[in-house]
Amino acid sequence: MPKLNLSARRTEPYAFALLFLAIGAYLPVANLLVPADSTLHLSLFLVNLIGQVVCFSMLALALDFVWGLLGILSLGHGVFFGIGGYAMGFYLLNAAYADTKVLPDFMLFMGWTKFPSILQIFSHLPVAVLLAIVMAVVVASIFGLVTFRSRINGVYFSIITQALTYALMLLLFNNDLGLGGNNGLTGFTSVAGLRLAHASTQVWLACASCVIFAAAYLLLRAIADSSLGRAMVGVRDDEPRLRFLGYRTERIKLAAWCLSAALASIAGILYVPQVGIINPTIVSPMLSVEIAVWVAIGGRGTLIGAVLGAVLVTSLKFWLSASMPSIWPFILAVITLSITVGLKNGLWSIGSMVMANRRSLT
Amino acid sequence: MKESTALYVNGLSVRFGGFAALTNLTLEIPYGQTRAIIGANGAGKTTLMDVITGKTRPTSGEVFLDRSIDLTGLDEASIARQGIGRKFQRPSVFEHLPVVENLELAVRRGKGFAAMLMSHLTPAQRLRVDEVLETIGLTTERGRLAGILSHGQKQWLEIGMLLAAEPRVLLLDEPVAGMSDEETERTVGLIKRLAAPERAIVVVEHDMDFVSRVADLVTVLHEGQVLGEGTMDVVRHDPRVIQVYLGRE
Repeated sequence: MPKLNLSARRTEPYAFALLFLAIGAYLPVANLLVPADSTLHLSLFLVNLIGQVVCFSMLALALDFVWGLLGILSLGHGVFFGIGGYAMGFYLLNAAYADTKVLPDFMLFMGWTKFPSILQIFSHLPVAVLLAIVMAVVVASIFGLVTFRSRINGVYFSIITQALTYALMLLLFNNDLGLGGNNGLTGFTSVAGLRLAHASTQVWLACASCVIFAAAYLLLRAIADSSLGRAMVGVRDDEPRLRFLGYRTERIKLAAWCLSAALASIAGILYVPQVGIINPTIVSPMLSVEIAVWVAIGGRGTLIGAVLGAVLVTSLKFWLSASMPSIWPFILAVITLSITVGLKNGLWSIGSMVMANRRSLT
Repeated sequence: MKESTALYVNGLSVRFGGFAALTNLTLEIPYGQTRAIIGANGAGKTTLMDVITGKTRPTSGEVFLDRSIDLTGLDEASIARQGIGRKFQRPSVFEHLPVVENLELAVRRGKGFAAMLMSHLTPAQRLRVDEVLETIGLTTERGRLAGILSHGQKQWLEIGMLLAAEPRVLLLDEPVAGMSDEETERTVGLIKRLAAPERAIVVVEHDMDFVSRVADLVTVLHEGQVLGEGTMDVVRHDPRVIQVYLGRE
């Protein structure tokens, strides 16, 4: 089980958030101001990559909040990531239509002659963002109400979440749904009036991802360090005990679950304009399981460990799945097995061992 | 019902499919009393606790707290907030939290999301946590993780968690199971100190020596019904009790 560092006043959380803020501040400088021939220059490719990794980190953060602290393993967080991603995709389609006055390809294929009015709801960015979060929270609360009230726990809960993401994927694969089928949504041109093809737009998106990530981290950290966070650990350690002390544990679970879903949705919102496409593979069971793998490798229950895992594994994936795609799954399997078997709580165990040593020395 | 009745169980029946766990059980426990409930395995002791604390819904019958509050329609959390604390058979503490935070969770009784986010305990709650630490003898362990406490210490911590919520009725399910003689000795002392005029204590236990030392009155359950009731001495000499329960040992 995860070991929690529970001393009340710590500086690590702030240092960690600052690190991401610093990266966010560095990206525009390194790409836009530093000349391209300098060693300090970051290519647009790298900036974009960092932006994507930060989105994945936010997903890991959201999952660790419910898995590490609350003890409920979701194998379906891709659902919420996908809801945010698709909502953003709808907005970007609207923006592209406004720019080009040409219907997206999939609509033309389906013989449509005008932009569907239902998708026009997403034509303003703030509305689209709000709807993305609201939809994720609504889906999460319906699912949470049903499962938590019927006291579905452990592996049963995980299996149902996995089924949920699979069902959503099958639904989205359906062309008749009018959401692009297996090709998904693409052909985006601009976001908030900025051309996506411009380097500066990509840089600012990556920068925004870093800032929003830091804010999300601080929020979750504050909750984890509050009495509510202690109650969440109580749910994980012994839910009946907490219930018989007078706690409505299903409400604690529901609140944390919905917050986690909202964050996963925000990660999706930030991710889609940076990759320029969204298709049903984003809600495939594969991605949802991968999120759990990142958290397991990094270490549960510390928030930082989960992010560490996400950064390491997704960076490795970007590098290795391009240079040696056929053996990448084997490498991931070996890493996952050796770390989960060898280290009690992922890579974070090494960190906490080092810290424990340092403390005993001083 | 008498004026001082803490817990009144009236005509309680619980059936699981074709099996009658409790049949028309009536029981009255006044404030200020420590009552032991004994009986062989399957006599219905744990089912009775489950019904009182809301874990199991009765097939028929009622359970009243304070002569006025019907507990049979309430959920576990509401019943706990009414002032009924239950200790489980195996020690149930939050292993990854320090001792003091286990008690802080208990003293809040789950009330108020906003208050929990702000993390502030009232001065009275703080004082209560310190008092309880003193009572259960874990003051020096307050900062240690509950998971590394000994078996006996975990049992005391769990009793302390109930105590922090200032219960009117304390239900203890086998509080000395698995304890050493010395730990049992300390638990006897602890339970005697918990007895108060405004509190009723119900102990389910197999250890007859322990029961005779802490209980004022003993109720013997057999196949879901009350077989006998009285002081330990009376119960010990009741021929029916000897036949179905004590005699088997």
